[in-house]
Formats: sequence, C-alpha cells, structure tokens
Amino acid sequence: MSPVSRGFHRRHQGPAETAGRVPPGQYLTKDFPVLSAGPTPRTALDRWSFSVGRVGRQKTWNWAEFRALPSQDVTVDIHCVTKWSKLDTAWQGVSVDTLLDLAGHDGPFAMAHCDGGYTTNLPVADLTGGRAWVAYGYDGRPLEPEHGGPARLLVPHLYFWKSAKWVRSLELRDTNDPGFWENYGYHMYGDPWREQRYAGD
Amino acid sequence: MESLDGNAIGGLLYDVFGTEMTAATGICGGCGTSSKVAEFAVYLDAPGTVARCRSCGSVLMVFVKVRETTCVDLRGLASLG
Amino acid sequence: MAGTALRRRLSWQVAPVSAVVPETPSVRTITLDVPDWPGHQAGQHVDIRLTDEDGYVAERSYSIASAPGEPVAITVERLDDGEVSPYLTDELRAGDELELRGPIGGYFVWAPPDGGPLLLLAGGSGIVPLRAILRHRQRTGSAVPARLLYSSRTLADVIYHAELDRPADGVEVIHTLTRQQPPGWTGYARRVDAGLLGEVAWPAAMMPLAYVCGPTSFVETVSQALVQSGYPPERVKTERFGATGGS
Repeated sequence: MSPVSRGFHRRHQGPAETAGRVPPGQYLTKDFPVLSAGPTPRTALDRWSFSVGRVGRQKTWNWAEFRALPSQDVTVDIHCVTKWSKLDTAWQGVSVDTLLDLAGHDGPFAMAHCDGGYTTNLPVADLTGGRAWVAYGYDGRPLEPEHGGPARLLVPHLYFWKSAKWVRSLELRDTNDPGFWENYGYHMYGDPWREQRYAGD
Repeated sequence: MESLDGNAIGGLLYDVFGTEMTAATGICGGCGTSSKVAEFAVYLDAPGTVARCRSCGSVLMVFVKVRETTCVDLRGLASLG
Repeated sequence: MAGTALRRRLSWQVAPVSAVVPETPSVRTITLDVPDWPGHQAGQHVDIRLTDEDGYVAERSYSIASAPGEPVAITVERLDDGEVSPYLTDELRAGDELELRGPIGGYFVWAPPDGGPLLLLAGGSGIVPLRAILRHRQRTGSAVPARLLYSSRTLADVIYHAELDRPADGVEVIHTLTRQQPPGWTGYARRVDAGLLGEVAWPAAMMPLAYVCGPTSFVETVSQALVQSGYPPERVKTERFGATGGS
C-alpha cells in the first residue's frame, strides 16, 4: 500500500445505522457522482420512445403513452462499481414487470440499448419480481440528462452500471451477450454483495 | 458531463505503452479523422476511461483497471503512431 | 543527462513538501523537493496520489508551475466540493510527503526551438502550465514574442499576479475579468469571444503558435475561434481542465 497521506480523508457519511446496507468494498457518499463513457445525449421528448421485446416484435410507447402507464415511487440504495454507495435514493418510474406484461415477455435475457450507444445485459429474471424500473423521476423532479434523463433503467440490486442511462429499449434474447462494460472486462452479472466487479470474480 | 482530453491520461498511456503517447497520431476507425491523442475527447471516472473521436464520437480507446492490471482496447483506432 | 529520459519508467515516488505558498485566497503553490527528478519540459504535468488510513486512494493531475531547472512546483485551486484540492490547499504543509509521478506529457509543451510568436490563452487555473512556459522563455533568454490573454473572474482570482505585472521583455499580458472589475478598470470585462480574440491575438499570417488551457468550455470556445480566424489547427494546442478544473 502507498504511504498514508497525513491528514487526508475521503468524504464519508455516517456510521452505525448504515451497517448492513453497504456492500463489501464500498464507501458511502452523500453526493450523486456523474460517471459517463461519453457525451450526455439530449433526446427531445417528442422524439423519445421506449420499446420492449424481441427484435421485430417490440411493443413501443411514446413519451405521453409511457407517462400514462402505472408508475411507482421507490426508495432504494444504489451501489456503483467505482466503490461509492448512496442510500435511500428516491425514484419514480414504471416497473419493468408492467412493461414485460404489456409486451408479452419471453426470452431469458435482455440487452438494454441507450441513446449514445451504451448497452448492458441482464437476465430477465433480474428485471422482474419488483426489482427493476424504467425511471423518469429522481428526488421528486424529472430525471436530469446528466443522470440519465429522460429515462434510465433502475436495477438497484446490481452494480449501477447495469442501471443504464438514457435507455430506449429492452431487447429480449435467448443468449446472454456482453454489453458495453461487460465487453471490456466487467462482470456479466454484477452482484455487489458478492463483489462481482470484473469477469472472473 | 464535459470531456477532458488526452492530456489527462498521459500517465495512464505511459503505464500501458511504456512511453509518452499524447503527441502520437491516431486515426479514427469510424470516420478516418486523424488527430493527436492529446486531442481525443476523454471521459474519466466511468467504470473505465473512454477516449472518443472528437469528430464523430466513436470510441477509440477504452482502459479498464481490472484488479491491478490495466486492460486497454484499441479496436476503435484504425492506426496509432 | 538528456539521453536517459526516453526509456525511464514512470514510477510513483514520494517527495517532501518544501513550501506551501498562497497565490490567492483559494489557490496555493506547493513546492516539492523531489529526489532524482529527471527534469521536465514547460507544459508538462505530474500525477498526485493521496491515500487515507483505510487504503482509499484518490489521484489527480496538476500542471507543473515551475520552469525546467527550477524545483518542481504545482499550483492548486481549492474547489469547495472537491475531494483532493481542499486537502492540498488547506491541510498539506511543509515537511509532509506527497506521492507523485512525472513528468508527463509531450504534446502541450513548449521550448524555444518551437518558435512563435506565442499566443498563450488561460482560463482560470489554466494559467499554470502557461506560466511555466513564460518562465522557461525568460530563463533561456528567448526572444520569441509572447502574448498572454488571461481570463479570471475577479482581480483577486488572478494567480501569479505580481509576477505577471512585471512581464519579461517581449511579453505582453492582457487580462479580462469576467465577473467583477475594480473601480476604474479599463481592461476587458467579459468572457473571451471571437471579437476579443480578434483584438488581441497575433494575426494568423504570422503563423503563431497558440496554447489554450482552462475549463473545457473555455478551451472549446477559444480554440474554435482561433481556427476560424485562420490559425491552422495544428498550431493551436489545447489542454482541458474540465468544467471545474479538476477537484
């Protein structure tokens, strides 16, 4: 380990009441860091759409239709692979269960496709059972572009790179193909409680 | 998030290539634009570091630190030298 | 000594801090006594690494503020929500040790053989590597004409103010203060735009060499305006510090 820098401390939140909510190797933050692999896309709402299903058989909603779907307010803890965790984040969005029901879901795997070209892969089993949303509100306000607005995927039980920003579709597939970060060495599944950061973990 | 440029990854490039690389010339595999590595649009602090073509936005280089090893993917570059 | 630089490893090393000097209320210049420093070029930077007791590591890059031949120094601006800069400006003191590696960079560098005339354009803390270039120019006795356009929020934010008020022969310094100006100020009072550049920049026909450094938005605006005014893109070198100049 490098020599300790006298008097240097990382920023951190409080102690005891958070024990058990912070996965191994993570630090708490009160900020909401913005991490991105590219420029922030800015898609106008009148051009935005969201699709679910297999290629060629997708169900698509425009913004007005999407906002008319039943939505939920959820408060969840989020964990980034770059080691920060943020507790009690408040989101508003449509449950992926709802979307898959309306689309007539099949296919064991999904690839999220996003404005700007980002992709990430997930098992459909991890998108159901009340564990995933397409979120358009954060902290009581419309989701900001730098945090993924108009809408992002929210899958808090996995590392946050799976909660794809600027999401536009969930493509259902038979194969579990690697998305953007998975292709460059990150874990195909990404369970923060088993510290599955990189392929082979 | 605004991007930095290739100057910001001079140290990282030195780790990977063993030499100063910011003055090297890269050709984008997407649009053919030629520019100095120092002029690439660089996004730090993601799960990895991504360098993109300032002209067309294509990914040119991706660096991921997997445990103690830095992995680099250069498939977006048509050439580098 | 010159021939050994090319093949050396870029390794982390620990160096004692010899001085921490205030430049402005939020800016400090930190001078280091680096053992076996191989020398550096004007415009290069160092990477700094801080480690806390739990093993948490934070790493940042800072331009070298001193000229080749002078002790290594960095100039750091405290960002209120920064993680590293407040430590460097408020906590670090002479006698502490800092882990660094360098020098790094081979593009955003200047030496007298590169010629000129030089146009240096600084936004905020972007002044740091350009000041190293000016100091190197002076120490080598170069006669290359140089013009520095330096954009700051207020007069109190001008880094190296006294030094820039006594420029060397052949150097002109032009300030613009974008947020607030002192009473009686007759200088520029706005963000650098094409019009301001048109009045200050060397004409493109003189084949100037331009170095633009500062926040990304400053660098984008200025470099694009220079190229549109006729500067060949390869004669406009850029170094972006990001929207908040690092943290």
